[in-house]
Formats: sequence, structure tokens, C-alpha cells
Amino acid sequence: MPFLEVKGLNAYYRNTQALFGLDFELEEGSITTILGANGAGKTTTLRSICRMVRTEGEIRFDGDDLTSFSTEKVARRGIAHVPEGRGTFVRQTVEDNLQLGAYTRKNKAEIAEDIERVYSYFPPLRERFKQQAGTLSGGEQQMLAIGRALMLRPRLMLLDEPSFGLGPLIVQEIYSIMRQIREQEGTSMLLVEQNANIALNLADHAYLLETGTVVMSGESHIIRDDENVRRSYLGY
Amino acid sequence: MELFLQLTLAGLAIGSIYSCVALSVVMVYQASDHFNFAQGEMAMFSTYIAWTFLGMGAPIWLSFVLAVALSFLAGVVIERLLVKPVEDAPILNQIMVFIGLLVIFNNMAGWIWEFTIKPFPSLFPADFGFKSSLIGPHHMGVIGLTLLVLLLVFCFFRFTRVGLAMRAAAANPDSARLVGVSVGWMLALGWGLAAAIGAVGGILVAPIVYLEPNMMAGVLLYGFAGALLGGITSPGGAVLGGLIIGVLENWVGGYVPGGSELKLTFALILIIAVLLFKPAGLFGRVVVKRV
Repeated sequence: MPFLEVKGLNAYYRNTQALFGLDFELEEGSITTILGANGAGKTTTLRSICRMVRTEGEIRFDGDDLTSFSTEKVARRGIAHVPEGRGTFVRQTVEDNLQLGAYTRKNKAEIAEDIERVYSYFPPLRERFKQQAGTLSGGEQQMLAIGRALMLRPRLMLLDEPSFGLGPLIVQEIYSIMRQIREQEGTSMLLVEQNANIALNLADHAYLLETGTVVMSGESHIIRDDENVRRSYLGY
Repeated sequence: MELFLQLTLAGLAIGSIYSCVALSVVMVYQASDHFNFAQGEMAMFSTYIAWTFLGMGAPIWLSFVLAVALSFLAGVVIERLLVKPVEDAPILNQIMVFIGLLVIFNNMAGWIWEFTIKPFPSLFPADFGFKSSLIGPHHMGVIGLTLLVLLLVFCFFRFTRVGLAMRAAAANPDSARLVGVSVGWMLALGWGLAAAIGAVGGILVAPIVYLEPNMMAGVLLYGFAGALLGGITSPGGAVLGGLIIGVLENWVGGYVPGGSELKLTFALILIIAVLLFKPAGLFGRVVVKRV
């Protein structure tokens, strides 16, 4: 049985339907990416898993039916969501943001250790630990958002366009740290991106989304190397 | 000079009560995004609860603690039962709920305890071991106790895990849910704390204004003025705002001819002036953000 399995998923914002019978799955320990243009339903897919939109259909995670869960209960099951726009607590300090990421955990010594580990992945955060998150640069805020998600000790990370609004160099840096995290922690990741090239380089599997349905899926390298797919869907 | 010190100290004492009310208002505002117009009446009701315990023979401090604890529970229950169901309703519905609560508490108090004015004893002994011509024992106790309460509240929000989660839930509910915070319960907890702090204010002001169902009407206005002056987004600002209002009010009463009649007018003029000229208040933060 797959780690995360989504079947026949419809999602709605009030009366507007955003997903139409979406199917996909993710194996434990793998990185799966969902690609597509603006409005294809990528963010909605992640928001469905975290129970932030109204849905129909199945979402199963490690044996649990998530559709009956609240957002906070999904988090307590070990799913950490790095949302669109990063969602940092802008008036709280960097350190408080990381502490909040560990809200579901009790062991203070382990939490302190994990904060150290986040700082070692993202050294700029260590220098700014007492600074308000809102004063960080875009790249640093993205680091903080990923760091906060790591503080949950997630079994699955949902990442919503970590490259959004950032320069190419900082995007490279963040993706290489994500690769390190994957190697060292073995965290499963569901990655949503518009920047198809960089996402396909990191991910094992990919799904292409168009207006709320999957139009193609397969191993990342196959999709990356397919001339037609690149022209029609990825635009590079 | 002596008159000035007397007025200022008494102003600080009454101002620290306004601070309690202002802080309650700000806490509910942070949690629910609205003024709770019933905050004062809830505090009045809490004071009657304390008075009832006193009547049953409980010592004054025990009555105080019990009333504050019950108020906390009542605040949580009110949020869960009455405020949460209308959280997505239009703003006018929510305001009607608050005004409804105000009238209900006011009339219930009158119905249960009658509208007659009752004396209410001070929590503090008439003799602290020394006498001062500048400040009375009740006022001195009021300043000390409110400072202690405010310090405890500050430490709770600054240094505890739940306090941090409450701040996060108020600032960014979506992100708070994503890290596993039960935002709904945090809001209820905010209501509970606000009700408890309001109860402290009510019990402290009752010996000064006497116990009756309308005793908080003026106090709530001053509390609103303090909250707005300090900045409705800033708990610390609300506390300072309350103190400033208390002192200014006493100066107006003491120095302006006929000023004691003008005190409440003065508070309202201040509310309007703040809203017109400095809507964020003195300490309200305009959030600085880099993208």
C-alpha cells in the first residue's frame, strides 16, 4: 500500500470546483513532485491533504483516512506543510517560529537538538535567531519555513513552491539543502512547483497537472527527457 | 505639589484597573477581531459572584480567587457556545451577539441581586503598617495587585509553550493549524483569560464605585479609551494606555473647574481624537515586512 494515496479527489472553493477526480500516490521515503501552470490545482492539492479546503474523494496516509481529520490533527500525524507564501509568523522571532514548529512534541532536549540541526542546515538562521521573522529576506524566510516544518520531525513534508519569488542562486541553495535533508533524514516529500526543471532534478516521480486533473505521470527522468512533454507542458 | 502627587497616585491606581479592562478588550480583539462590548458586564457579574461567596461566609481572598477562576471558565464556555458559532457570520451579527451579552448580563445581575447599590469590601487591610497622606491603602493594594497580575500574564505569553501558541494562533491562524495548534481552543483560552483579568478589574473597582449592575459602564469606556490610546494591537500598549487615561482623568477632575463632571466626556473625546489622528494608537505596531 502506498504511503500517501489520493483517489478521485474533487476540491471546492465555495461553489467553484478546483480539482476534478485527482489520483496520485507517493511511496515512503520518496520525493514526488506535482507540476503545472498557475491555476492547475497544485496548491489546492496540498491544501486538500491538510484539510484546508472542502473535498470529496479519498486521501489515505499510512492507513489513516485524512478526510475526517482537522488540519491540526493532520499535523499531529506527522505531515508538515510549508505553505504557499511561506506562512512564517512574521512578528515572532526565528527561534520562536522553530519552537512553534515543534508544538506537537514534548521532549525539550530533543527539540533543542533539532533546532541546532535546523541551524546547521540553514546557517543564516542561526545568526538571526532573535530577529523577527518578518525582517528576514525572502530566501531566509523560505529557509525558516522549511526549518519550521522539520521541527515537527515530519514523516511527510508538503512543499508549496519553495522557489517562489526567489533568485536563481538562492533557489539552487535551497534545493541542495532539500536534497541533503532527504539524504540525512529520509523524509518523504510532496513537492509542488512551477519551476519544473529544478523540481524534476530532485524528485523521483512526477505528476503533471492541468486544470485540476493529472494529464501525465511517471519517473522524473523520463518526464524530464521527453521532448514532447517538455514542449507542451513544461515550456522550456 | 501634594495635590499633584495625590491625584497622580490615585490616577495610577484607577488607571491600573482600566489597564485590566483594556487588556481584556485587547485579548478578545486579538482572538476574535472584535471589541467585546460585554467585557465590562462580564466583569461586573464576576464581582457579584465574589460578593455571593462573601455572603456565604468565605474569606475575601478566597472569594476573589474563586470568582476569578469561575470567570475564566465562563469566558471559555461563552466563546465555545456563543462566539464560535458566529465566527464566520457577517460582522453585524457578531456585534449583536456582544451587545446581547451585555444586556443579558446586566439584566441577569439586576434580576438575581437587585439593582440596589451595595458596598463591597476592599481586598486589602486598612493598615499596611504605615500611613501615607498621598495614597490610601486600597489604592496602594490595587496598584500592587494589578502589577502582579499583568506581570504573570506577560510571563505566560512570553515564556510558556501555550502562550506562544496563543500568540501564533492570533497572528496567523492558518499557519498555527499547520504546526498542530488547535486554534479554536486557543481563542477560547483567550476569552477565558480576558474574563479572568476583567474579573480582577471588577473586584478591584467595586470598593471605589460600589457594587451595582451598571458599575462597569464608565470603567469599560475608560478601558476602551486606554486600549485605543495604547493601540488595539498591543497588549503592553493597552496597559500603558489604561494607566495614562487614569492619570489624565484624575488631573482633569482635580485641576479643571467643574472637571469631575467632565471626566467621562474627556475619555470619549480622547477615543475620538485617537481614532481620528492616530488610529494605530501610541504603541500599536504597523507591521514592517520585507518580501
